[in-house]
Amino acid sequence: MPRKSPELNTGSMADISFLLLTFFLLTSSINTDMGITRRLPPPLDPNVKPPEIKQRNIFTVLINQNNKLLVENAPSDITLLKIQAKEFLSNPANDPDLPEMEMKDIPYIGKILLAKNAVISLKNDRGTSYDMYVQVQDELTKAINELRDELSMDKFGVRFSQLSDEGYIEAVKTAIPITISEAEPENVGGQ
Amino acid sequence: MSDIIFMFLFFFMVITTIRETTLFIRVRVPQATEVQKLEKKSLVSFIYIGVPLQGKYGTSSRIQLNDQFATVDDIQEFITQEREARDEADRRLLTTSMKIDKETRMGIVSDVKQELRKIGAFKINYSAAKGKASKK
Repeated sequence: MPRKSPELNTGSMADISFLLLTFFLLTSSINTDMGITRRLPPPLDPNVKPPEIKQRNIFTVLINQNNKLLVENAPSDITLLKIQAKEFLSNPANDPDLPEMEMKDIPYIGKILLAKNAVISLKNDRGTSYDMYVQVQDELTKAINELRDELSMDKFGVRFSQLSDEGYIEAVKTAIPITISEAEPENVGGQ
Repeated sequence: MSDIIFMFLFFFMVITTIRETTLFIRVRVPQATEVQKLEKKSLVSFIYIGVPLQGKYGTSSRIQLNDQFATVDDIQEFITQEREARDEADRRLLTTSMKIDKETRMGIVSDVKQELRKIGAFKINYSAAKGKASKK
């Protein structure tokens, strides 16, 4: 007579695993950390003079403590910033007030007319709100991303974010670099 | 039955991370559209800035590193600690993510950024949620 194999009571197993499941559900969060990535410049060497940049190659953006914008010495609005930045960086009409253009030879893209060394200079007050600052950074990034998209569409037929070839990505990045320079902070106004 | 639930359990354990820090400050990150995902979670150190949740810690913006309040002077030490906790090869890939409340003034943020520049932590990320920016 075969021996009856002992049975394991698995009914409570489901309860235990349910308990564990709820515990993990509560203590954990699916965090999708997102943000605007930037690179800080290395500290300034006091002995080295900063290079002179021609006025036409700089696009100045100032944010005051009341979160108002001053773009190229004229009051502006956050909704206009992207268009102004795009116009500055691409200089379609070769305007002498906008940055100098230069023929650049970039691998995969070939010869293309690009801004020589256009720089966006961003300066904020200590009293500026962080929300405004991020919005300005966001608009400027949007301008650069749109220019990259246009170039990528033109040369490779897909949007920049959909490029898969490392070489193509690098080529577009070299053609339109993120050139947002932040001025050395000055202590004006209160906290 | 229990097999299926165990499967669920493992699924959640794998895709989630346990909340590491308890925040003492209020952080509601601003919204932006051009956000990128932070890659390599293990190579990210966080700096939180915001107004303390409890009134007894004051009403002005404070910095939180790990599980305690900190001042601007503590940042360099914090970054050094974070670096020492990583492999030597990964140290230069370390990103500092700044989770800052949107009502914070830029003064304290600039101070933190200056400290990060001094210690050489150049890769930073302004934490933001994806969405349409609020108009003010």
